[in-house]
Amino acid sequence: MSDEALRRLPVGSVGHKPFGWWGMLTVVMTEGSLFAYLLFTYYYFVVQYGRIWIPEAPSLRLAGPNTVILLLSSAFVWWAEKSAARGKTKAQSLGLAIALLLGVVFLAIQVLEWRDKPFTLGSGSYGSAYFITTGFHMAHVVVGALMLAAVLLWSLLGYFDRERHAALSIAALYWHFVDLIWLTIFFTFYVTPYIG
Amino acid sequence: MPTPADPAMNYLEAFGEKAEAISLLTWALLILSIAVVAIIALLTAAGVTMRRTSLAAEDAKREPVLRPSGGLSWITVGVALSTLALFASMAWNAYTMAAVNRPPRAPALTIEVIGHQWWWQFRYKSDDPAQTFETANEAHIPIGAPVRLEVRTQDVIHSFWIPALGEKIDLIPSQTNVTWFEAEKPGVYRGQCAEYCGQQHAHMAIAVVAETPEAFQAWRVAQLHPAEAQQGGLIEGEALFQARCSACHTVRGTLAGGKLGPDLTHVASRLGIAANTLQNTTATLSGWIADPQRIKPGNKMPTLDLQASELGAIRRYVQSLK
Amino acid sequence: MAVADSDRSLELQQSGAPARERLARIWEGEAGLRGWLSTVDHKEYGKRYIATAFIFLILGGLEALVMRVQLAGPNKTLLTPEQYNQLFSMHGLTMIFLYAQPVLSGFSVYLFPLLLGARDMAFPRLNAFSYWIYLFSGLFIYAGFVLGYGPNDGWFNYPPYASMRYNPGPNMDFYAIGMILFGVSSTAGAANFVVTFLRARAPGMSINRVPILTWGTVTASFGILFSVPAVSLAFFLLWTDRQFGTDFFNSGQGQPLLWQHLFWIFAHPWVYVVVLPAMGIVSDALPIFCRRPLVGYTVVVLATVATMVMGFGVWLHHMFATGIPYLALSFFSAASFVITIPSAVAVFAWIATIWTGRPVLSTAFLFFAGFIVMFTLGGVSGVMTAAAPADQQLTDTYFVVAHIHYVLIGINVLAVMGGLYVWFPKMTGRLLDERLGRWNFWTVFLGFNIAFLPMHWTGLAGMPRRIYTYPEGLGWTAVNVVTTIGAFILAAGVLLLLVNMYVSRRHGAAAGPDPWGGPTLEWATTSPPPTYNFAVIPAVASRHPLWEGSLDESGERSSLQRGMILDDGKEMLTTTALDAEPDAIQKMPPDTLAPLLAALAATALGAAALLHAWIGATIFTLLLFAALLVWLWPQRAMGQISEQAHV
Repeated sequence: MSDEALRRLPVGSVGHKPFGWWGMLTVVMTEGSLFAYLLFTYYYFVVQYGRIWIPEAPSLRLAGPNTVILLLSSAFVWWAEKSAARGKTKAQSLGLAIALLLGVVFLAIQVLEWRDKPFTLGSGSYGSAYFITTGFHMAHVVVGALMLAAVLLWSLLGYFDRERHAALSIAALYWHFVDLIWLTIFFTFYVTPYIG
Repeated sequence: MPTPADPAMNYLEAFGEKAEAISLLTWALLILSIAVVAIIALLTAAGVTMRRTSLAAEDAKREPVLRPSGGLSWITVGVALSTLALFASMAWNAYTMAAVNRPPRAPALTIEVIGHQWWWQFRYKSDDPAQTFETANEAHIPIGAPVRLEVRTQDVIHSFWIPALGEKIDLIPSQTNVTWFEAEKPGVYRGQCAEYCGQQHAHMAIAVVAETPEAFQAWRVAQLHPAEAQQGGLIEGEALFQARCSACHTVRGTLAGGKLGPDLTHVASRLGIAANTLQNTTATLSGWIADPQRIKPGNKMPTLDLQASELGAIRRYVQSLK
Repeated sequence: MAVADSDRSLELQQSGAPARERLARIWEGEAGLRGWLSTVDHKEYGKRYIATAFIFLILGGLEALVMRVQLAGPNKTLLTPEQYNQLFSMHGLTMIFLYAQPVLSGFSVYLFPLLLGARDMAFPRLNAFSYWIYLFSGLFIYAGFVLGYGPNDGWFNYPPYASMRYNPGPNMDFYAIGMILFGVSSTAGAANFVVTFLRARAPGMSINRVPILTWGTVTASFGILFSVPAVSLAFFLLWTDRQFGTDFFNSGQGQPLLWQHLFWIFAHPWVYVVVLPAMGIVSDALPIFCRRPLVGYTVVVLATVATMVMGFGVWLHHMFATGIPYLALSFFSAASFVITIPSAVAVFAWIATIWTGRPVLSTAFLFFAGFIVMFTLGGVSGVMTAAAPADQQLTDTYFVVAHIHYVLIGINVLAVMGGLYVWFPKMTGRLLDERLGRWNFWTVFLGFNIAFLPMHWTGLAGMPRRIYTYPEGLGWTAVNVVTTIGAFILAAGVLLLLVNMYVSRRHGAAAGPDPWGGPTLEWATTSPPPTYNFAVIPAVASRHPLWEGSLDESGERSSLQRGMILDDGKEMLTTTALDAEPDAIQKMPPDTLAPLLAALAATALGAAALLHAWIGATIFTLLLFAALLVWLWPQRAMGQISEQAHV
């Protein structure tokens, strides 16, 4: 390897090279498995009891729009990361702020959705599965929102530029993951009861 | 009469069509396994002795490092042979699985097995309700006929297992598992709960008495009878039993109708007591009634603080339940 | 200090004394207690992992000895049933969770960067965190045991016996919460191994030149990432069943069998988690004493990976007696046969290495040779349990107890002990005594076989597992006495190892950098290695950088003395995932208390949850977040902040 090639090596956290970004990939793997096992639990019960296990056809009135809200937030995070890569620090902070706001709105609507349910955590295994699964997801949204908040703060402090915004990329990866997981939960709890 | 531990629980010796197929497979795999271990041990030991250097560990680095060829053929040949042996075992396994999956003939009777912490309830099923009856911890079956078992549990997971007659089947809450077994020779086959089920998992034994169809029929008829009315010296014992024991135990034909403990209608005819923890003798029975917590700590039968005379009366009454 | 790329002088340099002094100044942490608590040096945590795991091994061993006394004859009353049940539960979970995996983590945490030619793990602080929380999770479960509330439903913890109805004490809650903490530890460790393996190898160490130990560990780590969530979730759901009235595993609408699925989806891969790195130890260290490279590197690596992948598809063979449908039974039975093929590859690779090499009969080598035979024995008894009808007889008897001990002692403990004889000199600079070593090996080997070989017979004679006593007249007494005697001999063997380590740590012969003439990079640095591991970043040209002189395979030579110094702060080289081309220079974090505080906060959160102290739980959650925020706050020295930023 030539000395010249070595001298061109980036130093510190740049792009997707830092360990942290790869570390987040492992988090996504293991947390993805966690949700896979939660959904396994749901389907296990469905296989045992069939449709009668589900106390009521789940309403899409809140969950539908809420899914759109969460997907929108992902779009804003994506936009924030793109802006960071182009050096547009204002757009980057704005994107993060809107995504964070949408995340909080999602959580608020989820609370309303929870209130609407005629069953409770302890009223049978469907209720348990529903509240524990969506609860796990909400906990992940809370963690993601805290990440976005921290990254927004660092963004406003001017820590990031075109090259150095690894924390933003890492938080974005996590946020997209949390959204993707929501889609699988939404499909499982809200869509499959209407299929077949 | 053989003791409850005869034959023992060794399952390399089997006493029924099903268990024999399984024990043959187990033997085959066991012999193959021993052969494999012997071959590998010999290969390793021979390699070590024949190829060793005389260097001490500290001088290891004085032996030059080389890369002789030919090592890979060990892997090719070794894995090829292992795979052959494995596929042969798999085929035998598949054959045995198919052979023991269903009974060869229609079952002669169906016994419902219900597990409790820490005893066994057996319900002999029949289409005619007058022909059904219950017993505990000791099941009788006719020889030469498959018996269908429907197993379920009243509390935690247990596992029904009579090694000489066939494999285990777990008793899982909210499901009924079905299996079968068959004994070809008369005898008392011991079994034991095989799935850990709490404090007295160790003392949850089963006696399966296999007998000639005639003997079985006689036993069955006897079991169908309720307890006979007592007279004389046993009346006091019966009254005490009603007062102290009937909340948990049933004696058919009397007021005792408790469902928490084993049905005792014909307990005196059984070989063992306390889920075959003890042989059924006057001494053991007295000891058990006096202080069940000493013999099976943690079991659900309370120690009743009986006076010696009460204990004797109850014990005599229980012994009359033939 | 400026970090702009153009300021760097990255010429390849010789590793001279001045460079070493500069690096020592940069990498060495504080002395004293604070330094001990805040260090992030992987070598320190590697040793702590091993030491802690050995303490748990001793505890688990003592528990076993007490049980063996109880079982040395029929109808013994040394222990009450409840005491026995807590002891066998603690013994199982201690050995399987608190010893077997952490001890291998210890080897890997210590050796990973050294084998890969790196200066530390990818995440040194996470490394510290996963150690601390491992320690605390063990203490948490043992706290329950000491208070009289030890888990009493076995390590497998099947509901409904584990549910509130049948088990109202806090025993299960100690276990459940402790296991969730332990899961955090093993997951964090696994993430660290994966990223270190993929991104922190020495330049030139392409993926086909990596030592097998790191393959074993990284494969096990992927196994952990995918399987541990199943058990963490299962324990969490069990806890909510017990405390909040959810219904997952209760016997109402809940499904007790769901627990078994979740548990074995985790626990079967876990078997490979606790053996693959140990097999890696043997695959890397056996060839040193055979004075030749391992036969069949590529197939052994493929077999390692294949074992793990298939390991996710056989969990149902732990449930053959639960009444599963015939079709599923056939499939999982067949799959369980097939999974032994990769293990055969490894066995024949080791034997071929012995036969085509010139074995030096060191103590380590004896352990590895013994390991091969014990591995085979544990393997074939596993095959017997793969046959569903046979397994329905064998399962839940002492046959399976014998099997699991051949797997865990034969494949884990023997490899670990051999590994200690190999790398103890690297860790301490002193050789373990070889004479004592012989005694150590033979006592362990004989004691182990005296204890566990007859146990196969105990099982075939029909003795069920987990019974606190047994009656006379079933033919179980004599074998149980033999096993008890063997157990004490085995314990004496373990004691000899401890004595050897204690004595040799001070008085052993000086090891020098490379006492055995090994092939891999850890032997290129001093014993013990400096904090920064390597003065220059080694550039690797083959699988055996230190054997290139004798093997002369390609003509290319690894460069160990001349290379990048990277002394502009704590720095490590990142390389690409497959080819290990230099990709970036990472700035490494300084020593910090944040991981310890985060682990303390997480454990305190667990304790608060156990006690339903919700205010405390809230406070500890906030403290945990605070510790993480301090931990993750971007730092200029780590090149995480824009150079234009005015901070």
